[in-house]
Amino acid sequence: MLAFLFRRIGQSVLVMAAMATLVFLGVYALGNPIDILVSPEADQIEREQAIARLGLDRPLWVQFLVFVKSALAGDLGRSFVHGLPAIDLILSRMPATLELAFVALVIAIALGLPLGMIAGLSPRSLVGRGIMAGSILGFSLPNFWLGLMLILAFAVELKVLPAGGRGQTRELLGLQWSFFTADGLRHLLLPALTLAIYKASLVARLASAATRETLVQDFVRFARAKGLTPARIVGVHVLKTILIPLVTVIGLEFGSMIAFAVVTETVFAWPGMGKLLIDSIYRLDRPVIVAYLIVIVATFVVINLVVDVVYSLLDPRIRLSERKT
Amino acid sequence: MTAIEHDAPVAHAAAAAEQGRLAQAWSAFAESRVAVGALGVAALLILVAALAPWITPQNPYDLTQLSIMDNMLAPGSRGFDGRLYLLGTDDQGRDMLSAIVYGLRLSLVVGIVATAIALAIGAAVGIVAAYFGGRLDSLLMRLVDIQLSFPAILIALILLAILGKGVDKVVIALVSVQWAYYARTIRSSALVERRREYIEAAQGLALPRWRIIFRHLLPNAFPPLIVVATVQVAHAIALEATLSFLGIGVPITEPSLGLLIANGYGYMLSGRYWIAFYPGIALLVAIVAINLVGDQLRDVMNPRLKR
Amino acid sequence: MRGARSVAVAALAALWAAAAGAQELRIGLSAEPSSMDPHFHNLTPNNSLLKHIYDRLIEQDENQRLKPALALSWKAVDDATWEFKLRPGVKFTDGSDFTANDVIYTFCRVPKVENSPSSFVINVRAVIGVSAPDPHTLILKTAQPHPLLPTELSNVAILSAKANGAGQVVFDRKECQNAGSFPKTEAFNSGQAAIGTGPYKLVRFTKGDRIIFERNDAYWGGKQPWERVVFRPITSAGPRVAALLSGDVDLIENVPIQDLPRIKSNPAFKVVQGLSNRIVYLHFDYIDDQPPGVEGTNGKNPFRDKRVREAISKAIDREAIVSRIMGGVAMAAGEMLPPTMFGANKDATAPKVDIEGAKKLLAEAGYANGFSLVLGTPNDRYVNDAMIAQAVAQMLTRVGLKVSVDAMTSSQFFARRNKRDFGLWLAGWGADSGDMSSPLKALLATPNRDKGMGTTNPGGYSNPKVDALLEQALATVDDEKRAALFAQASKAAMEDYGAVPLHFEMTTWAFKKDLTYTPRTDQNTLAMAVKPAP
Repeated sequence: MLAFLFRRIGQSVLVMAAMATLVFLGVYALGNPIDILVSPEADQIEREQAIARLGLDRPLWVQFLVFVKSALAGDLGRSFVHGLPAIDLILSRMPATLELAFVALVIAIALGLPLGMIAGLSPRSLVGRGIMAGSILGFSLPNFWLGLMLILAFAVELKVLPAGGRGQTRELLGLQWSFFTADGLRHLLLPALTLAIYKASLVARLASAATRETLVQDFVRFARAKGLTPARIVGVHVLKTILIPLVTVIGLEFGSMIAFAVVTETVFAWPGMGKLLIDSIYRLDRPVIVAYLIVIVATFVVINLVVDVVYSLLDPRIRLSERKT
Repeated sequence: MTAIEHDAPVAHAAAAAEQGRLAQAWSAFAESRVAVGALGVAALLILVAALAPWITPQNPYDLTQLSIMDNMLAPGSRGFDGRLYLLGTDDQGRDMLSAIVYGLRLSLVVGIVATAIALAIGAAVGIVAAYFGGRLDSLLMRLVDIQLSFPAILIALILLAILGKGVDKVVIALVSVQWAYYARTIRSSALVERRREYIEAAQGLALPRWRIIFRHLLPNAFPPLIVVATVQVAHAIALEATLSFLGIGVPITEPSLGLLIANGYGYMLSGRYWIAFYPGIALLVAIVAINLVGDQLRDVMNPRLKR
Repeated sequence: MRGARSVAVAALAALWAAAAGAQELRIGLSAEPSSMDPHFHNLTPNNSLLKHIYDRLIEQDENQRLKPALALSWKAVDDATWEFKLRPGVKFTDGSDFTANDVIYTFCRVPKVENSPSSFVINVRAVIGVSAPDPHTLILKTAQPHPLLPTELSNVAILSAKANGAGQVVFDRKECQNAGSFPKTEAFNSGQAAIGTGPYKLVRFTKGDRIIFERNDAYWGGKQPWERVVFRPITSAGPRVAALLSGDVDLIENVPIQDLPRIKSNPAFKVVQGLSNRIVYLHFDYIDDQPPGVEGTNGKNPFRDKRVREAISKAIDREAIVSRIMGGVAMAAGEMLPPTMFGANKDATAPKVDIEGAKKLLAEAGYANGFSLVLGTPNDRYVNDAMIAQAVAQMLTRVGLKVSVDAMTSSQFFARRNKRDFGLWLAGWGADSGDMSSPLKALLATPNRDKGMGTTNPGGYSNPKVDALLEQALATVDDEKRAALFAQASKAAMEDYGAVPLHFEMTTWAFKKDLTYTPRTDQNTLAMAVKPAP
């Protein structure tokens, strides 16, 4: 177990270092952020001084060494645009993204799991076929277009929900959350739904396939033979069996939701870290892009680990040390 | 010379089996009328996209054919010179119908080309890993696992942030996020095939390694990849659209469907819905059709559901 | 139990509703300010917002004319000495008095902002000596005659020396004495150092979400009508409009042109628009023998030929751009500064489209069959920028040039333009100083590092006549004479088609019908300019 953990973490650190290097060099090659940062009114001398203040006058390898040195000390550099430590900037935006992804995940499971099981129990019925067809539609809907259409329907035409922004928040544990205000929840609904539809379809399809496979297995036949009620068979035994693959997928999908939130946050002007990333890409704010990457890789490592641990708890046949990755 | 003679019967047997399997697969596939319909729609879309220059009223990429005086006309209106715009025009005076057909063409080309390249790379990596096994295998698969543990959108986003805009760069980004799926898929099916008799026979004949890998192992391990590739084309198209929507995909002078939607975003609130709406429908139809085909293919090829 | 809870919820809701009452003003911004430190980033979104917290010695009114603020009056004692009389009885929000020491402290701090991506040094660089004979008199020395000093100082926000722990500061261009350690940018963002004399006080700055101000009741300029002002950056145009329409905000800036008719026709809202100081123009690469993207000219740089530049100007239908692309919310331009501003030619009119004339000029220049070129443009910086570029390309195509548009996000565009990656490009210029010196110095003067000239003239346009007139103007303290010299310099550059002006942007604001807003040429959005409608 411990050896497994260490290997995994070591590997992830390697990945992180490789990606950070790549991005650092890549964004450097893309252009000099000073061209958009400096005031148009600045003269050549002020321009040179601004370049020097941001450390952009030094050769690339020196900049990179400075970055590596301070990164090892836990400092990922300061945002060129905001002048703040990049990591603080990202962490301050993180709750909004996590909140959005979490709500979306809950919606996805609440919609997808029951629908998928229904479809799996009677795959040939009209309902079953309808659900599967619907899931293909949900699966195919481009995330951003769905968001636009929801805005068009609920914000522009019906005028019942806001078109974007985060709305009123309340403080808890020093962070701002939308959960606790009606206004916050109203703002949360459309983006969360946009993010959830794709995942709900995915969950439904997985649940359906797993249910179909489980139903033909021997232990279900035994259960039937023993005279257990169908409700109990489905609600306990089938559900338990299909949960195992689902947990893995849902766990990983939570990570992918955080990544996909980039799109949703852009459409709905949601002030999360995905929006920060897009803004930073536009403004060539290299420290923020690199720090975002490191934070997200770290998040994924944690999620993957948690998934593995939960997986092994759910299914004793699997021992952590035997699994790769 | 001798190698080919010894080689031939093995290859023939494999080809015959392949043909039989194909016919069987088609009849299984045709069981679903929806899937056949979807295949028809997909074929039609590809045909329309291929014939775009001959069937559209306008070349939306040619500035001399656009008239700024005709911008943002509603669907069905007539322009300055009496020309009919069936689906309206966008902010540049582009005929939306033409723009959608050309956008579809670009989206399909990007999706298919990226998938083909990724397929080639992934298949090569996967088959080599499976055949040689050992250290090489575990190294390559570790790489695949690491890549697959990150969402495609994130990798593509970061890559394009580094590479900049352009159709070629979008293709590079899509290939980079796709190849690992194929590598993993073909490796597992190749591992099964590898233990079959005909491979052992080929090895016994002392055929060159590359020949065994690419003439015997690859064709037989390939079918599962068809399913993955179909679904991945749909994914690639959706991903391209998303990246273009975010403004880091294709250049604005040659809009793909995603970019058309992004342009239309700004006009939605003012009631000019058609600029974002119709390209979205085109995108949706294309993706749904491909996914339906892929879905049926998967059902046909999944032996576990056939008990 | 459930009943009690719903009562509590209702009470809370009522509380929120009350908080959002008539005394609160909510504004949707189109760009997010990056910091609450007024010396951190010299860029419009920051400068505009921070005018609520900090005052300047001199402020610019809605037409960018100078007007007394913390300085009651100022005059040039001789060519290189200025005397400022400061306003007595002004207090910072920490209760300390405003004196000349605060101004000296500010001059010392401006060059010392760590990590500043664009500092205000350019505005205080001319000052070589500062002294204060009494707490409300300030003497400034410059090395040469520097008539732009008052304009430059209208950009510099005044900080409190006492609140930041400084003593009686002694000015020195290298290292001031008694200034203590300067506050860091973070201290401003948290509100701790955000102490000014302005009409509002900072309550909270939440990045990406909102900035909250509350009224400074001790403000010297009179009590503001709003108890609380909330600024929300909503950078996407669509959601910004939606926020106004749904009542989430009371006022928005930079209304997208396509949504104007819809808002104007809605009786619940009003729209105002005003000419801005921003010109959208085309500029050329004069330096390269074969400018990037130019083909079919037999290795010549076609832009060095005045006839080609004139033909390009004549080929463009500025009125069509204004009416079809800008929705009428722009003004076709004949030079680089709007006619109402200091140093402009009041009679400058936009050239008329003349396709035949353009074709003739091209033929005379030896390009009867045209040539191909690439027009570079940003697509997210100016109002409808990429659309304008595409329209320009369409128009140039009609006179026989083969034009393709290369549009990109502004960060890439500016980097590539400054590296001279385009033969012809479209850009915009806002005259922050509010006078002709700004576009001339930046865009049309021969690039010269030591003189700070031609800072945004990467193509290297050089016209000795323009340079001479401009330099003469910049040494002329007399306002009237200076304005006339600026106008002459501008005329010389325009007659040479050194750059091709397209149009001046107009800025728009939309708001609830029970408000009024005074439009500003500097494109700032200020709560001070919002009043309840009478």
